[in-house]
Amino acid sequence: MQKSYLMSILDKKAPYGIDIDVKKFIPAEALKLDEERLKEIGIDPDYSGPGTYYQVDSSVVKRASNVSGLKVTSFEELNDPELSWKLISPDQDKYTAAAALYGKGGYVVVVDEGVKVEKPVQTCLFMSAPGSLQAPHNIIIAKDNSEVSVFTGCTIMKEVVGLHVGITEFYVGRNARVNFLMIHSWNPDAHVRPRTAAIVEEGGQFVYHYVNISPVSSLQTYPKVRLVGRNARAHLSSVIVGKGNSNVDVGSEVSLEAPGTRAEIISRNVAMDRSTIFARARIIARAEGRGHTECMGLMLSEEANIVTIPELESSVKEAELTHEAAVGKLKEEEIYYLTSKGIERRDAISMLVRGFMRVDVELPPVLRKQVEFATAMAAGL
Amino acid sequence: MLEIRDLTVEASGRIILDSVKLTVRDGEKVLLLGPNGSGKSSLMQTIMGNPSYKILSGSIMFNGRDITGLSPEERARIGIGLIFQIPPKVKGVRLMDLIERIAKMRGIDLDEIRRKAEELRISHLLERDLNVGFSGGEMKKAELLIMLSQRPKLALIDEIDSGVDVESMEHVGSSLNGILSSDTSAIVVTHTGYISKYINADIAYVMLNGRIVCSGDPNSILDNIRREGFEACMSCKRAI
Repeated sequence: MQKSYLMSILDKKAPYGIDIDVKKFIPAEALKLDEERLKEIGIDPDYSGPGTYYQVDSSVVKRASNVSGLKVTSFEELNDPELSWKLISPDQDKYTAAAALYGKGGYVVVVDEGVKVEKPVQTCLFMSAPGSLQAPHNIIIAKDNSEVSVFTGCTIMKEVVGLHVGITEFYVGRNARVNFLMIHSWNPDAHVRPRTAAIVEEGGQFVYHYVNISPVSSLQTYPKVRLVGRNARAHLSSVIVGKGNSNVDVGSEVSLEAPGTRAEIISRNVAMDRSTIFARARIIARAEGRGHTECMGLMLSEEANIVTIPELESSVKEAELTHEAAVGKLKEEEIYYLTSKGIERRDAISMLVRGFMRVDVELPPVLRKQVEFATAMAAGL
Repeated sequence: MLEIRDLTVEASGRIILDSVKLTVRDGEKVLLLGPNGSGKSSLMQTIMGNPSYKILSGSIMFNGRDITGLSPEERARIGIGLIFQIPPKVKGVRLMDLIERIAKMRGIDLDEIRRKAEELRISHLLERDLNVGFSGGEMKKAELLIMLSQRPKLALIDEIDSGVDVESMEHVGSSLNGILSSDTSAIVVTHTGYISKYINADIAYVMLNGRIVCSGDPNSILDNIRREGFEACMSCKRAI
């Protein structure tokens, strides 16, 4: 796409989330990697798994893969126009346009046909330069009959203003499986606009779990998954904790485009302080398939807001789509019960909040442990 | 150990305990009898500090200290434990999550708790959400297991014999016996009296309409109630 055309999009307000002037943020070389911040979200700086990728600001600082049939590299090294911007268009909105124009880095994970990578690939995107734009382009390709788990953590230095626009495209081949866990921990000055899309072929499975554990100025994302092959499955879940003045708008969309496809979208949203959370979920049936969404909100403050927006759309008689949504507060009876067993009231509330955030995710045990860790952090335990 | 002085309590705008007096000595096992709705559970909840129960007058003394204004967690910490008649279902909090926390605070070995869980035949419930999908008997056993990890000085046992089948009653009874060592005080609430055979109660009290109306030898009071029902208590003129 022409540069001038993309430049013109930078001024257009995106359909979701509060409007950010993207031109105020510029890419910066790596300033500093704070390993303590990484540990806070469960990233192990000394991880020696099958593959790793670390990016600080716009610089790739480390990448490695040491399992045959698995390649972990950077977007620039891949340099394959056939495999980028296929699922997300650069002119989708001002953020994708900014990423296409100024983006640098991003991890590429390619798993060869039939290869099953046992341990998770760990990737990390860290921001440290004040006023910077971090716009990596990530690509995950699981070829037919392969399997891979990716744990990615994104975080920022305290008190640094920044804009993060991670572009992530997933290609899940026939009977392949991708388990993806993303943990975000930003700061009250950060703006975050990840753009994610996935395509899943026949019999493929895509499991995506997202946890946001700390305050953010604004965060908006709306991953879109297309199930294009028979019996393809997608499970997307998110745990959102709105703290401080956070404005969070997180959705998931799955379209069922082949017979026998199944989708599940689950979100748990905890609104604290003066936060606002929009929880969106959309399932579109274009073929005979099944889909379910579950949007749950927990209000922990009089000054917070939760809006749940579940949408089901069908153009197929045989498709079965359902949704469930509820917003409420903690039950005093449950708090009392735990305190009567000797648990401090504050801890009892944390236990209940953590319990609310617990989602049955079909992730491998090692990733489920990471999820537990992140939810405990988010619940303040 | 426990001294309840002229306790009058309101809940949902209604007086539910009326000038209740009750003393439990160190190591004493008290049977608290009464028909449904007589105020037994309300008394247990009030002793535990349930904020839904508003104390209008009177006081609760525990080991010489006035605990009337203490929070439930403070009461638990000084050694009061309650087995709920109907514990709430707590989604997302596993039985083991709670036990681990309590055992850590109390310095109690988790393996011992796991063995007790096996004895109670509820090992399969440890990783399940608290009381979610538990049968009536399983709920009581889970409550017992939690109390085993608390090791209270004063055990408040509320209707542990309701909703439990005969076979489970044996396990419940013997575990309860294990909790109620010689130096543990207890108030055991029952309206059926089934649990009484597992407890060597020192004294029984009868509660009617929010008042304790009678006390005496547990066996003779139970015999009377079994023969004549609580109706006889209502017409009985005896009072403490």
